[in-house]
Amino acid sequence: MGDVTKLIARRLVYGALTLLVVSILIFFAVELLPGDIAQAVLGQGATKETVAALREQMGLDQPAPVRYLHWLAGAVHGDFGVSLISGDRVSAVIGPRFLNTLFLASYAAVIAVPFAITLGILVALLRNSIFDRVANVVTLTAISSPEFFLGYILILFFAVKTSAFPAIASIGSHMSFGDLLYRSFLPALTLVLVVTAHMMRMTRAAIISLLASPYIEMARLKGVSPWRVIVRHALPNAWAPIINVVALNLAYLITGVVLVEVVFVYPGIGQLLVDAVSKRDFPIVQACCLIFAATFILLNLAADVGAILTNPRLRHPK
Amino acid sequence: MAKNKDVLLRIRDLRIEAQTDDEWQEIVHGVNLTLHRGEVLGLIGESGAGKSTIGLAAMGFARDGCRISGGSVEFDGMELTTSSPSALRALRGSRIAYVAQSAAASFNPAHKIIDQHVEAPVMYRIRKRAEAQEDAMQLYERLRLPNPQEIGFRYPHQVSGGQLQRAMTAMAMACRPDLIIFDEPTTALDVTTQIEVLAAIRDIVDQFDTAAIYITHDLAVVAQMADRIKVLLKGEEIEEASTEKMLEDPQEDYTRSLWAVRSFERQQKPRPDDGTKPVVSVQDIDAAYGDTKVLEDVSFDIYPGMTVAVVGESGSGKSTTARCITGLLPPAKGRILFDGTEMPPAFRQRSKDQLRQVQMIYQMADTALNPRLRIGEIIGRPARFYGGLRGVKLKNRVDELLGLIELEPSKFYSRFPPELSGGQKQRIGIARALAAEPRFIICDEVTSALDQLVAEGILKLLDRLQKELGLAYMFITHDLATVRAIADEVVVMQRGRVVEQGPKDEMFQPPHHPYTDLLLSSVPEMDPNWLTALLEERGVDNVGEAAKV
Repeated sequence: MGDVTKLIARRLVYGALTLLVVSILIFFAVELLPGDIAQAVLGQGATKETVAALREQMGLDQPAPVRYLHWLAGAVHGDFGVSLISGDRVSAVIGPRFLNTLFLASYAAVIAVPFAITLGILVALLRNSIFDRVANVVTLTAISSPEFFLGYILILFFAVKTSAFPAIASIGSHMSFGDLLYRSFLPALTLVLVVTAHMMRMTRAAIISLLASPYIEMARLKGVSPWRVIVRHALPNAWAPIINVVALNLAYLITGVVLVEVVFVYPGIGQLLVDAVSKRDFPIVQACCLIFAATFILLNLAADVGAILTNPRLRHPK
Repeated sequence: MAKNKDVLLRIRDLRIEAQTDDEWQEIVHGVNLTLHRGEVLGLIGESGAGKSTIGLAAMGFARDGCRISGGSVEFDGMELTTSSPSALRALRGSRIAYVAQSAAASFNPAHKIIDQHVEAPVMYRIRKRAEAQEDAMQLYERLRLPNPQEIGFRYPHQVSGGQLQRAMTAMAMACRPDLIIFDEPTTALDVTTQIEVLAAIRDIVDQFDTAAIYITHDLAVVAQMADRIKVLLKGEEIEEASTEKMLEDPQEDYTRSLWAVRSFERQQKPRPDDGTKPVVSVQDIDAAYGDTKVLEDVSFDIYPGMTVAVVGESGSGKSTTARCITGLLPPAKGRILFDGTEMPPAFRQRSKDQLRQVQMIYQMADTALNPRLRIGEIIGRPARFYGGLRGVKLKNRVDELLGLIELEPSKFYSRFPPELSGGQKQRIGIARALAAEPRFIICDEVTSALDQLVAEGILKLLDRLQKELGLAYMFITHDLATVRAIADEVVVMQRGRVVEQGPKDEMFQPPHHPYTDLLLSSVPEMDPNWLTALLEERGVDNVGEAAKV
C-alpha cells in the first residue's frame, strides 16, 4: 500500500501546482481586461482625485505581481477580498451560494451516478436489443437538448400542467431537508438528464470491450450466468474508464450549472458568477473561477486515484 | 448395450460455421468423435484445423461469430446441440470443464485465484464455500503447487505462468467433472515448466479417472498424454488411431509430413579461420531495468555468415541482450563492437549506417506490421530511409525483395497485412529487415508463433538468404528443435548470465552444464513413455525442484 500512498501524495502535489498555474492565469486574465477598475466602480462622474484615492485604497497603485501575491496569500487563507459592488467580504457572499450549488450537484449525482451505471450494465447485458436502442436514443436525446430547453420542458409538464413541483427553486436555510429536496427537484432532474447519457454509454462500452477477453470466455465456460458474467467478471475490470467519465460529469454538475440555475432561479454560485461578470465585480469572478478550477482538479485527481485503486495489479504488487 | 454405457461423448457429423463479412462459411466439415469414460483423446493439427472449435463444441459452446450448423453432440445421453442455454450452463464447469491455453489471460485479474476456483462448486451447491476452499488447497497440493495453503489467496498476476496453468487445471477439477477439454495448456510455457504441468495434468486425470480431450499442435506432447490421437486438417479428420499405432505407423501422407517436420537440419559451419573479425562482439555486458539487474557479464561473438542461437527460458535475458545490441536499452557496463569498432550504447547516438547494419525480425508478425500500411510501403520505407531510393528504383527494389522471400510481387505489393497468412506476414517481416541491407539480423522467436510446417519454410528461407547474402543471425529461441535445425553456435542463458556456449554439435553432446542438460532433457520426444521415464529419472517428487536447478 506504500506505493499507492506515495502515488496519491505525488498527484496531490501536481494538483496543487496546477492550481497555482490556474490562479496565475485567472488573476492576469482579469488584469488584461480593458478599463480601470476604480474608474468603473466610481462611474463617469468621478473626479481624478477620488479615482486616485480609490486606487490607493484598493492597492491598484502597486505593481501587478505584488497584488497577485497579496491576493494569493489571502486566497490560501480563504480571504478573497471584498466585493466591489456591495463591499461585503467575498467569502461571505460565495460561501452560502457555493453550499447551495454543492447541494444541488450532490442531489443530482446521488440519483444520476447509480442510475447511469445500472442502466449501462443493463444495456451491456441486453446489448443490441430493443431496450438497448431505446435507452440509447432517449439518453442521447436528453444530452443533445440544451439544458435550458430541458428545464423549460420539465417546468411545462411538472409545474405548469400538473403543479407537482415548484417552477422556481427558491430555497433558504430555514427549510427542512425534505422541503429542500422537494423544491430543488426539477433543477436536479434536469441535471440528471444531462449527465446520464455519458456515464451510461461509457459503462456499456467499457464492459462490452472486455467481453472478448479470455477470462470472460472462461467464466462462460464455467457455466456462469450472463448477468453474473457482467457484474462479477467484467465490471470489476471496467472501473477505470467509468470512474473517469463519472468524475468529469460530477465536475460538470458543479461548474456547468449556470444555465440551469438561471432557469430555475436557484441561488447557486452560477447565478452569482453571471451577476458578478455583468457588474464587473472582479474579486467575486476570480474567486468563483478558482473554486471551479479546484473542483475540476480535485475530481480528476479522485478519478485517477480511483482508477488506480480498482486495478489489482497496482493494489497488490508482486 | 454394456459397451454403449461406456461412451461419454459422441459427436456425429459435426458442422460448424463462422461468420466472415456477411456470410457464413463452414469451417468444420462433418467430424465424428467418440470418447469413453476415463479416456484421453488427443486432437492434433495446425492452426485453422478446427481443434479448439471442436473442443468447445463438445461443451455445446460456439464462440461469438461461430455457430454449430449441423450434426449432433451427445454427452452422457444428452443432446447438446438442441439443449437450452440454461441446461448447457448447468453442464459447464460442473460436468464438463475447460482449461485454456493462456492461464494468465484466462484468470480474471480482479479476483483472487481461490475465489475463482470456488465459484463453480459454490454456484452449483456442490460444496459450501469453506469446503470448496479446503478442497482447492488439497488439489493445489496434489498438483504440487508451492505453498498450497496460501497460493490461492494471491491474485493471478502474483503467480508465475506455469503455476497459474496448474491452478487452472485444479479449477477445472473443482466440481470433479466427467470430461475436461485441455486447449493447448502448455503451448505458452517454457520446456522446463511444461514438464511440471504435463506431469500434473496426467497425474490428476489418472487419479480421478476423468475423460479428457487434449488439444495441441505438438505431437511429442500429445504422445505423452493421449490414449488415442485424431489428426485434423482444415476442419476435416485425416485419421485416428491409438497413440502407439499413430506414432509407429501413420497411414496418411499429411500425418507423415507432420511427423517429419523436425527433420530439417543443416550442416554446422565453423568459424572463419582467416582472421576475419566478428561482425558483432558483445563484451561483458551488464544491463538493468530500473533497479532490477537483468544481465550480468554477457559476452559472445557472432562471425559473418554464421548463426548463433541464444537459448534459455523466459526471463533468462535473451531479448534483453538483443535490446542492448540494437541500442534500445543502453547497457550499464561493457561494450558492443561492430566489425571491431565500438558502437555508441544508445541507438540515438548511432549513425544511420550503424543503425542500418543491425535489423530485427520479431516474434509476432501480426503486431510488428502496421495493419494500415500496404506491403509495398512497409518494405519500401527502410529502402527509402537507408538507401535513399525513390520512384521506380524503389518499386523495383521492393519487387526484388518480395522475390527474395518467395512472394509474387504483383500479388502482394498493394495488399494489407491482415489479408496475409501468419507465414506470409513473417516473410514480410524478413523482407523489411533485408530492405535496409543489413549485415546482421536479430531473429527474436521468429518461428514460435507459427505452425511447424510453416516454421520450417521460414527456417529454410532464412538459411538460403544467409548463404546468398552472407548474413549473420542472432537467433533467439526457446525451442531446441529450431536450434538443432539452424544454429552454428549456441549460447545458453539463465537468469541473465551465459552458462555455456560453443559450437552446436558440441552443445548437443554430453557433458553439459547442468542447466543445459535440464533444457535438453525437457524437450518432449515422440516416445509415449518419454515423460514417465524422465519423471522416474528425476524422481517424481522433484519435478518442481528440478526446474529450479
